Amino acid sequence: MEELRALLKSLLTTPGLSGYESPIRTLIETTWRPITDEIRTSKLGSVHGLKRGTLPEPRPSALLAAHMDSIGLMVTGLTDGLLRITEVGGIDPRVLPGQTVTVHGRKKLAGLVVLPPSNLLPEEFDSQTPPLEYLLVDTGLESRTVEREVSIGDLISIDLPPTELSDDLLVGHPLDNRASVAALTSCLWELRFRQTHWDVWAVTTVQEEETFGGAYTSAFQIRPTLAVAIDVTFGSSPGSPSHKTYPITKGITLGWGPNIHPKLHKIFKDLADRLEIPNQEEVMPRHSGTDAFALQVAAEGVPTMIVSIPLRYMHTPVEMVSLKDIARAGRLLAEFVASLDEKFIEKIGWEEHA
Amino acid sequence: MPDPHTSLRIDASQVRLLTRLCNACAVSGDEDEVRAIVLEQLRPFVDQARVDALGNVLITRQGNGRNRLKVMLTAHMDEVGLMLTHEEDKENGIFRFEVIGGVSERQLAGKRIWIGRKHIPGVIGAKPIHFSSAEELKSVISLETLRIDVGPGNSSKVQIGDRATFATQFSRLGPSLRAKALDDRIGVATLIELVKKAPSNLDLLAAFTVQEEVGLRGAKVAAYALDPQISINLDCTLANDLPALNQTDSPGEENTRYNTRLGAGPAIYVLDKGTIYDPRLIRFFVQTAIDQGIPYQIRQPGSGTTDSGSIHKERSGIPSLSISVPARYLHTSAAIARLKDWENYLRLIYAGLAGLSPAVLSEPR
Repeated sequence: MEELRALLKSLLTTPGLSGYESPIRTLIETTWRPITDEIRTSKLGSVHGLKRGTLPEPRPSALLAAHMDSIGLMVTGLTDGLLRITEVGGIDPRVLPGQTVTVHGRKKLAGLVVLPPSNLLPEEFDSQTPPLEYLLVDTGLESRTVEREVSIGDLISIDLPPTELSDDLLVGHPLDNRASVAALTSCLWELRFRQTHWDVWAVTTVQEEETFGGAYTSAFQIRPTLAVAIDVTFGSSPGSPSHKTYPITKGITLGWGPNIHPKLHKIFKDLADRLEIPNQEEVMPRHSGTDAFALQVAAEGVPTMIVSIPLRYMHTPVEMVSLKDIARAGRLLAEFVASLDEKFIEKIGWEEHA
Repeated sequence: MPDPHTSLRIDASQVRLLTRLCNACAVSGDEDEVRAIVLEQLRPFVDQARVDALGNVLITRQGNGRNRLKVMLTAHMDEVGLMLTHEEDKENGIFRFEVIGGVSERQLAGKRIWIGRKHIPGVIGAKPIHFSSAEELKSVISLETLRIDVGPGNSSKVQIGDRATFATQFSRLGPSLRAKALDDRIGVATLIELVKKAPSNLDLLAAFTVQEEVGLRGAKVAAYALDPQISINLDCTLANDLPALNQTDSPGEENTRYNTRLGAGPAIYVLDKGTIYDPRLIRFFVQTAIDQGIPYQIRQPGSGTTDSGSIHKERSGIPSLSISVPARYLHTSAAIARLKDWENYLRLIYAGLAGLSPAVLSEPR
């Protein structure tokens, strides 16, 4: 668990906003190089780590995908040395005032998101929250310095150190979706001294928070026999609907819905139960909001599954997750790919429904 | 007398002290952590120090000239914050809370906090944006719906009645300082420095006060006990000097209600909701700033209060002035002040003290 905690902390303190994933990509490639047979980068910047299987070629392959990009902010303008901003990914403007950030200008600058005093805003915001367009970022620098260092289009990432609430609980940003990158890495660690029959492609995708561009293109390039998306899901927390949320520390969720192949779901469910990995069904009646939405329709189509890690306060700077749940996801993935054999593909046909 | 221009600089050791003071948690009524730092810093003068019934630290440094004025300097040790009021879900670590002092509910959601004297980490959560309608995103998240979360299994680490602050670490941002509780740790740090380097022409009565943010209460009893002839209050005041954003696409009208401006020097008070400041002291400090070539500004008369609101009405009346360091975003998770303003502040207060004599009080008001 110590290894996992240390990894997750380094994943959280390395930026990688949607479309600009290079820093986090470099860290993932460095981490994965000793535990994969081959590492490639896709044209859009996703990491493709291959662990070769033992079956004769052409070998079937499983693609395990976790998105590595994160939500954040972007500079839209400068006003008297203060930065005006927009969002990259979906952010509730009500959680932003008072957040410490890093402005990625010509060099890195510390900053603070601020809500201007109400007398400087239109009257309607006396009783309402102003949208993002009215928030500012203050770098503490003089106006002329800001104009030299910062341009429109520069990225702004949330800058908060990970905080341990206990041995098991971590608060940090962006745990969506670095928690799943950690789970995927944990899976590779579990496979370190094990052979698989199938090729295993561990993939960290780009641009999930905006366009799913990474998942579409990596699945097309790799053409896997099946694919699993690993993501975070809504943790039970005050104010969130209890029927759409899952308790943290109590295990993972297994997705069910149109983005998921029903037989893969059943196989994962049986496997998790057999391994005594606590799990819950997560119904996803429409768009799953995960990479599986894109993986499923790559090329001629891919059977897909979704494994999720519950996380409190998604898309806020205080996302909270259980390391145990991350390790559980990693172990389930490892056991799943280790179970894939020559005959597996026959288990996920549609014939019986014909 | 040391030359203020050479000996009164803000150096690394003072920034380190301010860092410790700002990172300490001392919500009104529980000022212990800051009081301990004050007493540690002023150990050489501990003979003249006492802690009174409310927890104020009172220190007298006698001068040695003739006709010495008894001048009280005050800075409040407490800060705004939160208090845990109800354990709502023990298993999940969820608590209800109240705010202490003027903290806007718009500043609470999605923040990390430190709880109690051990700084137990927790968060104030917020509903994921995925569950909020467009209409909801325009509303203000009310205190009623916010909860403190210490995590499943952690409830026993905290208890009802514990105070909490935003978990913001002090940092330097180029020419600026970013920290929680600059209001009024910057005053506390300044007063520590002034006690250490007290000018000898007066009796310096220092009061590090409690409970300013909940009604200027420590200052009241401190002023009674120390019974000064003049009181100078050292505080931190809002710089609302941002551009007016009346339209999103272009700057709006000129901001004429800025209260103070960052970088424009120490802010001298004339009038607020609690005090009509003593005009003789205002004139004296303005003249001192001009004579010494120290930048200064007059805080725009209007809202707000300082410890002077209690002090000037104590006993048979105490001529009072407040001078503040300007800082943006007070009473939120992080304020921003300029190092240069702090240095000019220290220089102005020191130069004023060194020039003060009973003559100032014989002028017409």
